[in-house]
Amino acid sequence: MIEFTLWDIVRNLLLAARWTVVLSLIAFVGGATVGLVLTFMRLSSRRWLQRFTSLYVDLFQGTPLLMQLFLIFFGAAAMGHPISAWWAASIALTLFTSAFLCDIWRGCLEAVAKGQWHAARVLGMNYFQTMRHVILPQALQLSIPPTVGFSVQVIKGTALASIIGFVELTKAGTMLNNATFEPFTIFTLVALFYFALCYPLSCYARHLEKKLYEAGLR
Amino acid sequence: MGPTLDFLTLLPYVSELVKGLTTTVVLTVVTTLTGLGLAVAVAYLRVNGQPWMRWGLGGYVEVTRNTPFIVQLFFIFFGLPGLGIKIDAITAAFIAMTLNLAAYSAEILRAGISATAKGQLEAARALGMSTLQSYRHVVLVPAFARVYPSLISQAIIVMLGSAVVSQISVFDLTYAANFIQSRNFRSFEVYLLITLVYLLLAFGMRRAFMLVGKRVFAYQQGEQR
Repeated sequence: MIEFTLWDIVRNLLLAARWTVVLSLIAFVGGATVGLVLTFMRLSSRRWLQRFTSLYVDLFQGTPLLMQLFLIFFGAAAMGHPISAWWAASIALTLFTSAFLCDIWRGCLEAVAKGQWHAARVLGMNYFQTMRHVILPQALQLSIPPTVGFSVQVIKGTALASIIGFVELTKAGTMLNNATFEPFTIFTLVALFYFALCYPLSCYARHLEKKLYEAGLR
Repeated sequence: MGPTLDFLTLLPYVSELVKGLTTTVVLTVVTTLTGLGLAVAVAYLRVNGQPWMRWGLGGYVEVTRNTPFIVQLFFIFFGLPGLGIKIDAITAAFIAMTLNLAAYSAEILRAGISATAKGQLEAARALGMSTLQSYRHVVLVPAFARVYPSLISQAIIVMLGSAVVSQISVFDLTYAANFIQSRNFRSFEVYLLITLVYLLLAFGMRRAFMLVGKRVFAYQQGEQR
């Protein structure tokens, strides 16, 4: 039997943490892209587009991420196109992230006072000019703190990918535990690794929020 | 297997579904109450407690908010027995969910509490209310009313997150789904149905909370808008 030193455990967890980071980045970039499209669909004047996006957001916010993951992973297989845990996790987390970001960003756009829309339109700006020069710059400023804050949820969400067999931090932790029988050490370390990833982002989000507050924008 | 759906294959497993649903509902109801109760205590002590207490509770809140729920659950169920503290699966699930909800809700409540104007508390004291009375009526209940919508969302997030307790073999809805699909090999149908049940639970929970809120915070309605 191989003996595991503390360093072996830490090293293996570090290696696995890479995949947590990569999966988080995929989910965040993918989710932001889809979320942006959804946000604009939500703002569209077409009723069915609005209804589709709010249904989309409600569905993803009203069901467990684990079920979304299972449905994509097993659903693809049931349709005769089995996909890897990598693909399933990337797709599920992207969709999950996009729904939440769409909701956050819609809120930010709506937070820009209605009067500004009217003022810009009265000044003769058309829809796109108003959006580009008046609404978006302000909404963007408002949206950064909650978006950074949500990235923490994305990182934590990737832990569920371990359940469909994706080897990231949590899965590596359970595997190491099976080999070493040192659950206390291992799960403390796993938690510390997540904390090291998430806490700086949480602090940064709070700092940005405070700055907005001080600037009188919130 | 062709891309056909067959929900009839789920019929023989109704009792498992009911068992799973019961566990999820009971876990949610109990942990919502304990979690929110604990949150009030944590929020109060984080504002008014001794410095060491504030520091310690701050640590608890930050650690809980910055680690995944599944890792917290594994830590309690697998990690603590390593120290000689043995806990069965359902208790571990209960503790993990309570601690998780309490950490988030305490933070939400704290925001509500700090929004209370200082003068109000002084006014209450001047009117002859005791510390506890004035805290309860002037700070706590209005703070609760103020952040109630966020608390609802948080309790729902914890309910949805509870799907993970199936991983430590608590017989909840997700466990029932895993169990059924391992028997009838109809994973997609099972998970689709269970997802729908979660969706209805989330919807029902929001409704129930709103009804309770309307009753409890009725006299605050005018002021809060």
